[in-house]
Amino acid sequence: MRKLGETGLKISEPVIFERSRPGRFAYSFPKADVPEIDPSEVLGDLVRDEVPGMPEVSENFIIRHFVRLSSWNYGIDTGMFPLGSCTMKYNPKINEAVARNNGFLASHPLAPEHLVQGNLELLWRLAEALKEITGMAGCSLQPAAGAQGEFTGIRMIRACLEKKGDPRQVVLIPDSAHGTNPASAVLSGYKVKEIKSGPDGCLDPKAVEEAMDETVAAIMLTNPNTLGIFEDKIKEICDIVHAKGGMVYMDGANLNALMGKSRPGDFGVDVLHMNLHKTFSTPHGGGGPGAGPISCVAELEPFMPTPVIAKDGDVFRLEFNRADSIGRVKGHFGNFGVLVRALAYILAMGPDGLERVTELAVLNANYIRARLKDTFHLRYTGSTMHEVVFDDKIQKEETGITTMDIAKRLIDYGFHPMTVYFPLIVPGAMMIEPTESESKESLDAFCDAMVAISHEAEKSPEVVKEAPHLSRIQRLDEVAANRNPVLKWQPE
Amino acid sequence: MRYFANAPADEKAMLETIGAKSIDELFASIPKEIRFNGKMNLDPALSEMELVQFFNELANKNTYTNMTSFLGGGMYHHFVPSHVDQLVLRSEIYTAYTPYQAEIAQGTLQTIFEFQSMITMLTGMDVANASLYDGATACSEAVLMADRVQKKRSKVIISGLINPQFREVCDTYMSHLDLQVVTIPQDSSGRTDLAATVEAIDDNTSCVLIQSPNFLGSIEDVAAFAGVTHKKGAMLIVSMTEPINMGLVKSPGELGADIVCGEGQSFGIPASYGGPGLGFFATRDKFVRQMPGRLVGKTKDVNGKDGFVLALATREQHIRREKATSNICTNQGLFMTMATIYLETVGKVGIKKVAELNLQKAAYLRQKITSIKGVEIPYQSPYFNEFVIRVRKPAASVLAELEKKDIVGGLDLGRFSDDWKNDILVCATELTSKADIDRFVTELEVLA
Amino acid sequence: MYPDDLRYSEDHEWVRLEGDVATIGITHHAQEALGEIVFVGDLAESGDEVEKGDSVGSIESVKAVSDVFSPLTGEIVEGNENLDDSPELINSDPYGDGWILKVKLSDKSELEELMDSAAYQEFLKEND
Repeated sequence: MRKLGETGLKISEPVIFERSRPGRFAYSFPKADVPEIDPSEVLGDLVRDEVPGMPEVSENFIIRHFVRLSSWNYGIDTGMFPLGSCTMKYNPKINEAVARNNGFLASHPLAPEHLVQGNLELLWRLAEALKEITGMAGCSLQPAAGAQGEFTGIRMIRACLEKKGDPRQVVLIPDSAHGTNPASAVLSGYKVKEIKSGPDGCLDPKAVEEAMDETVAAIMLTNPNTLGIFEDKIKEICDIVHAKGGMVYMDGANLNALMGKSRPGDFGVDVLHMNLHKTFSTPHGGGGPGAGPISCVAELEPFMPTPVIAKDGDVFRLEFNRADSIGRVKGHFGNFGVLVRALAYILAMGPDGLERVTELAVLNANYIRARLKDTFHLRYTGSTMHEVVFDDKIQKEETGITTMDIAKRLIDYGFHPMTVYFPLIVPGAMMIEPTESESKESLDAFCDAMVAISHEAEKSPEVVKEAPHLSRIQRLDEVAANRNPVLKWQPE
Repeated sequence: MRYFANAPADEKAMLETIGAKSIDELFASIPKEIRFNGKMNLDPALSEMELVQFFNELANKNTYTNMTSFLGGGMYHHFVPSHVDQLVLRSEIYTAYTPYQAEIAQGTLQTIFEFQSMITMLTGMDVANASLYDGATACSEAVLMADRVQKKRSKVIISGLINPQFREVCDTYMSHLDLQVVTIPQDSSGRTDLAATVEAIDDNTSCVLIQSPNFLGSIEDVAAFAGVTHKKGAMLIVSMTEPINMGLVKSPGELGADIVCGEGQSFGIPASYGGPGLGFFATRDKFVRQMPGRLVGKTKDVNGKDGFVLALATREQHIRREKATSNICTNQGLFMTMATIYLETVGKVGIKKVAELNLQKAAYLRQKITSIKGVEIPYQSPYFNEFVIRVRKPAASVLAELEKKDIVGGLDLGRFSDDWKNDILVCATELTSKADIDRFVTELEVLA
Repeated sequence: MYPDDLRYSEDHEWVRLEGDVATIGITHHAQEALGEIVFVGDLAESGDEVEKGDSVGSIESVKAVSDVFSPLTGEIVEGNENLDDSPELINSDPYGDGWILKVKLSDKSELEELMDSAAYQEFLKEND
């Protein structure tokens, strides 16, 4: 039967290229107000006829195209997004408004410093705030995302050790670490040595002591770790590493659990990155942009990327000439627009508000743990901070239902799935981070859904195995997508 | 605080369920000696009204935005259609996460697929990724990729006319590798010296990196560089900072490049003091497994419905960890979306129109400046929307005088090399009016 | 599932010796653990000298990747080109059409260090 209309609220929408017809257009440019020349006068035979394949559609098609596509997405403003480690908190609307001020948007990064004092002051203020929050002496806002912050921090450690005479060869990384950690260490020229977590899921000072020698440049750790547990031996571990001349890098992905309660600079960390798109509420944007500033102790400060923002009296300036700097890691000054949003968040919160963020994030995670601990297996039972990692042991053994099935079934209940199969030290991990943004009602609804899925696993496992049922699209053939990748549209 | 959801009674009920007396009890796992007991020394909280005022005051200190500007050199002022921003302000777009859960991220995934498709069309390449941080890091990743493809070669040849920031970032990213890096000087036409390049390329060369249009605005002879590079089995990387040129100028892919990468800010994204923009990255099919960054592929769901998923993810850090092709995770997703909307808006005809407008304005500016005595145009090469002018005094002093007339007369190239201390890089785009150009030329004439 | 005429390594490769050329593949257990295989890459090339324990290739499923380690020392004489287009052969016929590399051995005695079928199955049980 031929379908009339566009099939209800799950409207189909082809790739834009299939809407293309010669003669449709959406652009609007004025006529040239200067005498026109033939481009070949300047370009000779380099003139291109056309860009084959580019779409020809009118503005109305574009609007509906993206509005329809957007309706197939789940965002934080849609509902609870308990992605562990990703800190999907509310993205305040005022941040979007202030970042769109024309005074920021229309400013050019190569403009003379005295013409963009507002931008420089903004950067300076944000760096000062981040230094205070982390208890550090220096801050660079240049890294574009967490992984680039990691690269920057480890590269700074390398430069510092090099100056002392030996950059060393190895970086120690716990087996519970994010995948970016080993990738960033290798990008900085180090070999990775994995440290096994102790029986409680935390780093064992003995294991660090055994691995630590004069070949080790640094340890990269995450605190609270990826199980959402505070590394209570952190001070001792930092001392062990420092005693052998190594340095401590902290992955600050979980800073949301520390603000106002404990500062990396006070427990022995030498350099860390912060994910402004996690702790400081800037939008994830469907994959980015983020911002991954680093803050560091005074010893590492000279090695920060250039330029550094400095203040002389009331005047702000950029310092380019710093002999020990590792150089640039990104063009210009980082993801400036993201930095504006993060400062807006910090200012809206103030010191008390930020501390309260931490308290509520931890309260919410503990509430989820309390409500689900009788239904799901908890491999590591240490105190929960801002996230809790259950697994599928019980359901898998009793019903054959796995973490992936539970995650997909959550979609039918109206939730974005939690982080799955990470950290790697928990087989079938379900990593849940509610953030401070969620209300008791939404936490209850989420926990009710999780319990209901566990019951379904017993009574009608096929419903769970075949989920999701209510999304516009069901489980996709990833094997075909990887065996014979189709990575672009081509006319048939 | 208005962003917090719960009332005191909710908190009390939650603590009861947890079995804790106070929130503070939940922090007992932090050892006392490393608890922070003071209050953070931060500015007190501002209301929404005060925030608006605070940021207005800061933005007003950026007097640049009230002036007439001829700045380019890596980021460009272009017109952005209203609907680009209106569309990305949809919550389902900007508050979504990386599309790992394909069933509820089809909007993001299809957008990336369309972006990848259009980047291959523009660059003339086979495959493009879902974006990198910016042009400078895309360029660095390209060099690292060539190094992976050409395992046994360890020499990298870089044009002295790539954007200086691109070069600085490349240097940082290459620093851990034992590479021999050769910089090729410019020739008298403001382009990379081809003869010197030929001399430098040998059997140990993994890649040659050029930029076109280059930092001086000149369009390089990409085909010639491809010829000499491939002759020695090396790869040609072509980067760029002004991708709008590809609407009018033959694509690097068509001319033989192996990797095309650069800054995509010109595609519907404001300069925003240097970011966020996006890095684009395209290459040949045969190199796809060595590519950095996320890729989206088309497939079908269990009911045979078309859909999209992340593809070839085993290249990435969350799976391959220390052996990944890059450490990148978060990319520039939202700004890639803006670029996609922009490119679909200008489309096949508009991309050429806007490119032509840029060229027309630059050609007019160039022609007017030619008539000024005391100002020279040192390089006679094909150009797109920017080029170099040479003044008799240090460029900095001329630019300072122009500022008094509310004109930012371009980029002082003396910042980058003593050889260029009298040189100014000037740029005109579709936003630059004839009146702006005439006023600029009049003032310049007085100074020169 | 673990033919008696093959030898096995702790990295889950199997070896079949014919003359002084050993054919190498991954075991039933390994292909099952990886899931549906989508790509075989980084294969050592003919003429490459490899040492026991060297990585001589990688096998990818959608969400996992695993190195192939040479269980023996010698010179690579052939790679299985059919895997380029049909990596799924490793799933469907791991000991036959799903073979990966052929190595000309420099020291046949290394074969003694590998497990026989019974020992490998015992090894799998212990490491379950």
